[in-house]
Amino acid sequence: MQTFDLGKEGLRALNSSLHALKGQTNMTSWEVVNPKGAHAIAAGVDAPVDITVRGSTGYYCAGMNKQATIRIKGSAGPGVAENMMSGTVIIDGNASQYAGATGRGGLLVIKGNASSRCGVSMKGIDIVVHGSIGHMSAFMAQSGNLVVLGDAGDALGDSLYEARLFVRGSVKSLGADCIEKEMRPEHYAILEDLLKRGEADHLAKPSEFKRYGSARKLYNFNIDNASSY
Amino acid sequence: MCGIVGLFLKDPKLEPQLGAMMTDMLITMTDRGPDSAGIAIYSSAGKGLGKLTVQSAHPEKDFKGLDGDLKEAIGAPVAMLVKSTHAVLEVPLGQLEAARSAVTHLRPGIKVMSSGENIEIFKEVGLPKDVAARFEVSKMGGTHGIGHTRMATESAVTTMGAHPFSTGADQCLVHNGSLSNHNGVRRELKRLGMTFETENDTEVGAAFISHKLQSGESLGNALEATLTDLDGFFTFVVGTHNGFGVVRDPIACKPAVMAETDQYVAFGSEYRALVNLPGIEDARVWEPEPATVYFWER
Repeated sequence: MQTFDLGKEGLRALNSSLHALKGQTNMTSWEVVNPKGAHAIAAGVDAPVDITVRGSTGYYCAGMNKQATIRIKGSAGPGVAENMMSGTVIIDGNASQYAGATGRGGLLVIKGNASSRCGVSMKGIDIVVHGSIGHMSAFMAQSGNLVVLGDAGDALGDSLYEARLFVRGSVKSLGADCIEKEMRPEHYAILEDLLKRGEADHLAKPSEFKRYGSARKLYNFNIDNASSY
Repeated sequence: MCGIVGLFLKDPKLEPQLGAMMTDMLITMTDRGPDSAGIAIYSSAGKGLGKLTVQSAHPEKDFKGLDGDLKEAIGAPVAMLVKSTHAVLEVPLGQLEAARSAVTHLRPGIKVMSSGENIEIFKEVGLPKDVAARFEVSKMGGTHGIGHTRMATESAVTTMGAHPFSTGADQCLVHNGSLSNHNGVRRELKRLGMTFETENDTEVGAAFISHKLQSGESLGNALEATLTDLDGFFTFVVGTHNGFGVVRDPIACKPAVMAETDQYVAFGSEYRALVNLPGIEDARVWEPEPATVYFWER
């Protein structure tokens, strides 16, 4: 176990040590103490290591993560796991705005609530939120799955492409071109897997969710709307 | 950008440390706003007394003999404490308005930062640590306070463009964001008799709230009205003689985090600003919801 005191050694030293881990490494277990809300903790890691952050983080923690499993034992500031490529990020507390934005792969688990714009423009990432999510979540989401055990705020899935949104609680309002869709066997299978990997299978069952997706009406130019442009 | 901090103390034992805690919070927010900083601290002047905080670009000239001249002008005792470019004048509460107009006649170069029973405002251009040091904020006690670090967007980097803005007795406002309809709202408020010192958008927000309070609205209703009448991006923190309020616009892209314990309620643009507060590990920490008014009063 490598323990890193962010208060003493500084962010740049931490991130350059983590960036130096290329591919396989013997230093597979890291602990970061005294994060105190600092920005960009463990951003840009590209190695199959396990990193635990003991406390709350500021902007862009675990951004662009590849391969690593990063656990935040507190809450996360804006842009956590932004543009994640692969690996897993697990937050014990809440996440601020645009968690998992533009993520291309991997799994983001938020055990508390996520605020506005969760999963905005997601492109393949899977996100499991044990609590609720704020307004404008999954705006222009392209692919991947967003699973919410609680409620969703206003304008869920506005201008959505092909991401799948599963919400167990209420949805305050759906955004433009986002509609409720039927749950088919493959969707129950996706949910069962994500609830298990998202450490939520003891909290909810796939049958309790509704699925939302794109009505695909905004995909192409509609000549009837020409006068509006 | 811009950084906001706020602290409302529930536990009187913390009151002597208010300035020290707020100085630490303010300096942590330096990278959100390095061009100017300001702070409003609320502490009682004593029974029957009011405070006028004034600022001058030429303090040696303007503050020399000001207490004596003011005493003569209003016919009441005046106590003056000079801190760098600012001075706090204590006068009987009944003479506060008379003192305010007398000061600007006696010393035309002086600007009034705030007036009221409890409020003192100190603000200047420069790094937050330098601004806090020149006014010795860390030595100040009080019941509550709000502070701001500015990264200017809408108007020039000047002392008067720094936050907090005060447009009514014991009232002040700090802002992260930018208003887009401030010129129209300013014209309307001028017509209703409000006065303005700058072309700044935030001053319009402050005057809008002050006007509502003067018309008899509660702080809660005044903050609600910002959601319908002001257009643009804002996280506002508002101070009054007995508390503070928070409101974010419906889009809520300007960050805000709050923490509450038995001892205090704290506001920060980022969690970083709160990490050195006592008992923060066990505090209830949350993000204020968009288009939702929060306020704490004693």
